[in-house]
Formats: sequence, structure tokens, C-alpha cells
Amino acid sequence: MNELILEMRGITKSFFGVLANDNVNLMVNRGEIHALLGENGAGKTTLMNILTGLYKPDSGEIVISGKKVTFASPRDAIKSGIGMVHQNFRLVDSLTVSENVILGLNDIHRFLNIQEIHEAIGNFSKKYGLNIDPKAEIWQLSVGERQRVEILKMLYRKVGLLILDEPTAVLTPQEVVDLFSSLRNMAQEGKTVIIITHKLNEVMEIADRITVLRGGKSVATMLKKDITRQELARIMVGREIPKVLSRRCVMSEENVLELTGIKALNDRGMEALSGLSVCVRKGEILGIAGVAGNGQKELVEVIAGLRPTLAGSMKINGKNLTNCKPGDIINAGVAIVPEDRVGMGLAQNFNVIENLIVKTYRDSENSRRGFLNWKHLRKNAEKIVKDFDIKTAGVFSPVKLMSGGNQQKLLFARETSKKPSLLVAAYPCRGLDLGATHAVHQILLSQKEQGTGILLISEDLDELLNLADRIAVIYEGKITGIVVPGKASIEQIGLMMCGGGKECIS
Amino acid sequence: MEMVTLLTATLHAAIISATPILYAALGEIFAERSGVLNLGVEGIMLVGAATGFYTAVNSQSLLLGILATVAVSLLFGLIFSFITITLRASQVVTGLVLTIFGTGLSAFLGKSMIGQASPVIFHKIPVPVLSKIPILGHVLFNHDMLVYVLYLLVPLSWFVIYRTREGLNLRAVGENPAAADALGINVFAVRYFYVCLGSMFAGLAGAYLSLAYAPSWLENMSAGRGWIAIVLVIFATWNPVRAALGALIFGGVDVLGFKFQARGIGISPYFMRMLPYLITIIVLIIITARSQMAKNLMPKALTIPYDREER
Ligand SMILES: Nc1ncnc2c1ncn2[C@@H]1O[C@H](COP(=O)(O)OP(=O)(O)O)[C@@H](O)[C@H]1O
Ligand SMILES: [Mg+2]
Repeated sequence: MNELILEMRGITKSFFGVLANDNVNLMVNRGEIHALLGENGAGKTTLMNILTGLYKPDSGEIVISGKKVTFASPRDAIKSGIGMVHQNFRLVDSLTVSENVILGLNDIHRFLNIQEIHEAIGNFSKKYGLNIDPKAEIWQLSVGERQRVEILKMLYRKVGLLILDEPTAVLTPQEVVDLFSSLRNMAQEGKTVIIITHKLNEVMEIADRITVLRGGKSVATMLKKDITRQELARIMVGREIPKVLSRRCVMSEENVLELTGIKALNDRGMEALSGLSVCVRKGEILGIAGVAGNGQKELVEVIAGLRPTLAGSMKINGKNLTNCKPGDIINAGVAIVPEDRVGMGLAQNFNVIENLIVKTYRDSENSRRGFLNWKHLRKNAEKIVKDFDIKTAGVFSPVKLMSGGNQQKLLFARETSKKPSLLVAAYPCRGLDLGATHAVHQILLSQKEQGTGILLISEDLDELLNLADRIAVIYEGKITGIVVPGKASIEQIGLMMCGGGKECIS
Repeated sequence: MEMVTLLTATLHAAIISATPILYAALGEIFAERSGVLNLGVEGIMLVGAATGFYTAVNSQSLLLGILATVAVSLLFGLIFSFITITLRASQVVTGLVLTIFGTGLSAFLGKSMIGQASPVIFHKIPVPVLSKIPILGHVLFNHDMLVYVLYLLVPLSWFVIYRTREGLNLRAVGENPAAADALGINVFAVRYFYVCLGSMFAGLAGAYLSLAYAPSWLENMSAGRGWIAIVLVIFATWNPVRAALGALIFGGVDVLGFKFQARGIGISPYFMRMLPYLITIIVLIIITARSQMAKNLMPKALTIPYDREER
């Protein structure tokens, strides 16, 4: 049974001086589900990109079923039966499911018979229990469905080894269950699966064997049944894991944010918020749980004043600010940490100082008569960098050179510097590793204790259960229920996120 | 009766006027569909016009003239591709430079040809039978070769883009090159190919001007048609059939201007010459503004160089 399908030996790869993979070894048996575990930046994605021919390794060799191979492109890898589902999906949004699946295949007739292709793809997807409408265009699909298209794409190419890069990051609990069961089916059929993750509970649930990467090196490979979760965590992090957070309840009855019956459209002109009502109180963290795409993005934009509301009202500290300009809303004490910290939150080519003052450069201590007071700015920035423990080459280096976690800390530093009364944070820990996640959680809790009302949008239910004082579930642009952590289980909330089960919780 | 002749003549001339713009626009549609914005169209058109005319005059051969245009515009396409696709320089800047360079180069090459007439030009070839149809016959089937080729190119381009494997690859490369690459489509080859194809069409648009439309050489004779073609592509939402309609509007207004002038209607000729540009843009804006189409249908990777190892 223990027949090696894949062996990667001494793989090394660096990007502009960053050693992403350092002499990494990986051995995978045919028919197993192999977890590649490691914190963010450990080099997991890089290793798999090398395996699939996307990156060229600086050194090292790859052996597949006993034969040494070098892949010049992903196509070569697919030909050898290796396919990868990337973390940021590689789908063409404006094409249909079928078109995405057949893209790049040479045995399709040169002149496309679209009807026939839809039929073939439809049948194929049913065979694997990956139900999906072949005629739908990708932009119309949910994230979970898109993932199915990606898997379908690889299965249609008859790959024997399927790699999934953090596949559960974007799924609801129910979708995770479905995904895992189809992965088990594939393994049963003799296909090999490599699943990349940094979530321990998933590894313990699905993997047969585990390889841990840390700081670009492969530190251990073991059978799941020989190891406990705690040991695994220690191997992965390589240091003691931060203590559990301590929480205090400081919530008052005062509302800092009151949304009533908000209606708004999304970018495509379809209704994204359909009468949403919710309040955030002073000194509480209100969690918003929901599957991405149920109006969270639009909700943030409405609060920020970036998206017009068609109906309903928004009050901040009791003042009606419906459809006001972003500037007025900022002045009313609203701070926003947007979902897209790279694109919207920080100007990537600006340095730390510049990013810190984009909202406050006019303040008297920052500038006088139109000239910036660099001495003060620099001192202030250096203090913030120290206080928030931000790792950077210096306050004059552009933020694009900083890691995601440090960028996020910088963003929080800026947004909380003016003591906001409402802080909106959208997916603040998405893509951050354990250390950075912990730091962000600390910031959120300390802000709350200082009396800020926090609206925390997240798809990580564990995170919400740990941090939030109340959790509101959003589904199809409405709040379908509000629960108190500890009084509802993950399963119940998961059910509400899919539009069901709201009756079972008051 | 006179109304009918006038109408027929106007429509006939509108098609001729639309032809160079449509050639350039079709080419630009292909380039942009692959994710490359070529702002060098105007320059390539001028160089194509000068080369075609110069070669035709000196070789007394229309075929050689066209071949020379094709060769030179392909060369320009290759240079542009190399700079923007391989070296990943800014497409906007490179395109602008190409236009400035092409304008200057064509003026320089053309100095000696001003005032000359070519012994060979594209003559009208009435299509047997079809050209005898009343009204439509003259409007549609009494043109030169390059117009007839265009009749075929519009539906063919549409078919290639929407109904073939190659078209699917093309669209995928312009929308999400990383996705295409992951499935083994050679993003660089596709982009090189369609940018060069587009450049060739722009060159042919120029040759049409100097060997058919107004058989002669005039400095800067494209007169902004390359730019109109680029705008047309956006408002035609990268669709060849829509582009054909847009080009016809331009051609129609252009010709009407001439007719008004000929009848001595007292509007400034400069204003009349501006009108087709203005009206084409306004009409196209109205068509697209209502549906936000341009924004959603724009190839997502347009102007973004592809680098496999970049994140
Ligand atoms: N294309 C790239 N260009 C520059 N640096 C990269 C690139 N890909 C990865 N890295 C760097 O290599 C390291 C490992 O990254 P990655 O393989 O994405 O880790 P993981 O998937 O385990 O989170 C990180 O420090 C990352 O910044
Ligand atoms: Mg990764």
C-alpha cells in the first residue's frame, strides 16, 4: 500500500533574497490525504507552486512515481497527473463554468459546440457529486461553488494527485463537511490529495499523514494517529502558543451605531442589503457572521458612506448620518479597517509615516501652513511602530515590503489613533498567522475596553465566538438572528448562515 | 428621385469612410481582448499608409504595397509586444511613444511623396449581379477589395472570439492570464500573436487611406482616426459587430458633413470636420452609459503585464 507517488528532495527557492523554501523534503504515498501544515509564510504555497511547474526551484529534484521530472509549466504538471486548486481561484469570471473547465484542452473541437459541452460538463460534475450549473458564469457563483469548479477542472483532466491550497478558508462549516467527504471519496478511488492548511482541527479531521513546514524548512512528517493536536501546534509554531484571551464585559446600553431597514444595491445593481437592521453598543464587539457575499461588503461601504442607501437610516451616536459624505462620517468618530487592506486600507507605495497621516495630515501638530512637520511625524510614527510591535525596515520604507500581519497592525494603529467611537473591522485576521492574529485580537479587545463599539465581520466562527459579545448572522442582506456566544453552538450558527434554523435560537 | 440618389451616394460613401476606422478597431479589439492596450494605432496607421504608398509608387504593384505595409506594421507590433509583454513596460507610455514616433517617421519618409499620385490604387470592383440590386447594390457591392475583405472580417472576428477554442483562449488570457497559464495556455504567445495581428490591421487601415480612400500621401493623413478607433473599441464593448455599427455612424456623419459643405450650407468647415468625432463619441457614450457595459465587459487584465512569479 505504501507506494510513493511523489518525492520532493532538497527543494530550495528564494525570491529577491527571501528564502521561501529551504532544502524542503516531502514524500507522499499513493491514495493518501496528506496535510501540508504551517503558519503563514512557512512556504507551503511556494512548495506546491514549484511542484506544479509555476515556479522554478533554485535547486532540488522532484520524483513522480519513481521517475525524475522537471516541469516547465503547469501544463506539464497536469500531463503528469498533478493538478492544483489555488487559494485565490484561477477562474475567468466572465466565462461560464463549462468554458472554464474546457479551457486549454486540446482535444476539444476547434469550433465550440456550446450546447454539447454544457451537457458533457453537467454529466461529469454529477458523476463526482460536485453539483453545479455548467451554464452559469463564474461571477454569479458563491465561493464554495467556485471551488467546486476548480476541483472539477482538475478532475476533468484526470489528475491522480490533487493539491488544494487552504481550501476551507472561504467555506461555511457545512461546505467544509461536503468538501471533506468528496476528498475522502477521491482518496477511496485511489486519487492522492495534498491539502494545505494552517488549521489544526482540520488536519486532525482529514489527514492520513502530515508534513509540517516552518520558516521555509520541512521540520517533520508523521502519521496523524501518532500525534496529538497540542504536539502538532508546538511543532508548527516552534514556540509557546499565546495564551487564551481574557475578556471583560464592559458593554453599555448606549448605541454608537444604529442601522434601521437599510437597503442598498451591489456593484451589479442587484439588491445586496434588503432591510438590514442592527445596533452596535458602546463597549461591545458585535460580530457579523455569514458566508461571504451576503451583503457584508456592502454593509461596510454603507457605514463608510461609500455606497448610497436607498431606504432606511443610519445613526451614529444618535446623529442621523444616512447618506452622508465619508468625511462627515469619519468626523463623527467612525474608523474602518476594510476587507481589502492592500488595495483600500493602505497605499502600498507610501511609507509608514505617510500611511499613518493620510486622514490627519491637516491637523495642527502634523502640518503648518501646508508644510508637513516631519520631525513630529517621524517621532510619532516611531512610537506607534514600537507600541504596536510593527516589524518594518523603518518608518520611511514603503509598506508594500511589510508582511500582511504588520500591515494590518499599522492599519489598526492608524484607525484607532483618534479614539473612534465606532470601529468597523472586516475580516481583520484573514490570511494572518497565529502570532499576528493574536495581536489583532488584543487590539480589538483593548479598544473595546476603552469604550469603542466594534463591528467585527468575520467568516471564522471560532474567532467570533472568542471575541464577540453578541453575534449577528447575516444572510441575503438581512440580519437573520442575533445570538450570544456560549448560548449557541457553531453548528447552529452555521445553519443560520445558510438561511436555515433561525427558529431554534431566540 | 434626387433624394434617393443622394441617400445612396451618402450611404455608399459612409461605408468607405468607416472602413479604415473599422480595420483599426478590429485590430485593437483583438489586442485588447488579449489584455494589451495598444495606443500606437494612430502611429502605425500613418507608417502603414506611408509605406504602402511609397512601395506602390516605386514598384508599380499594389500587392507589393500591401505586403510592405503588412511587413512594417508587423514589425511595429513585434517591437511593441517585446517592450510591453516581454519587458513589461507600461503599455500606455509605450503606445504613446509609438504614435509620436510613427507620426514623425511617416512625415519624414513621406516628404518626397507629397503631391505624387500612385499609378496603382484600389479600384472599385462591382460585384456581378449583386451590385445590380437597386439602391443596396450600389451602397454595398460597388467597392474595392479591402472593403469586401472587411465584410468577411467582421463576422469572422466575431465567430473567432465567441465560438472557437482560440477565441476562448484569447478571452481567458485577457481576463485572467494566471488562470489561462495554469491550464497550459501560453499567455505570452497569445498576446504577441494578437498584438501583432492588431498592428497589422492598423497598418492596413493606413494603406486603405493612402491607396484607396484618398490615393495620395498627406502628412498626418489619418487625422485622428486611430484614436477614434481606440475609443470605438471601448464603447463597442470589445465586440466586432458593435464596432462595425459605431464605425458606420462615424462614416455617416463624416460624409454628411461633406455633402453639406458641397451644397454651400453656411456652417464652418472646421466644425463640420469635428462633428463625426463628436457625434460618434456621444452616441457610443449614450449606448453604453445606460448599461454600465463597458466597465463590466472590459478585459480584466487590460494594461496589466503578466508575470508568472509575481503575486
Ligand atoms: N512570488 C513571490 N514573490 C516574492 N516573495 C514571495 C513570493 N511567493 C512567496 N514569497 C515569500 O515566500 C515566503 C513563503 O510564502 P508562501 O509560500 O506563500 O507561504 P505559505 O503558503 O506557507 O503561507 C513568504 O515570506 C513570502 O512573502
Ligand atoms: Mg499560502
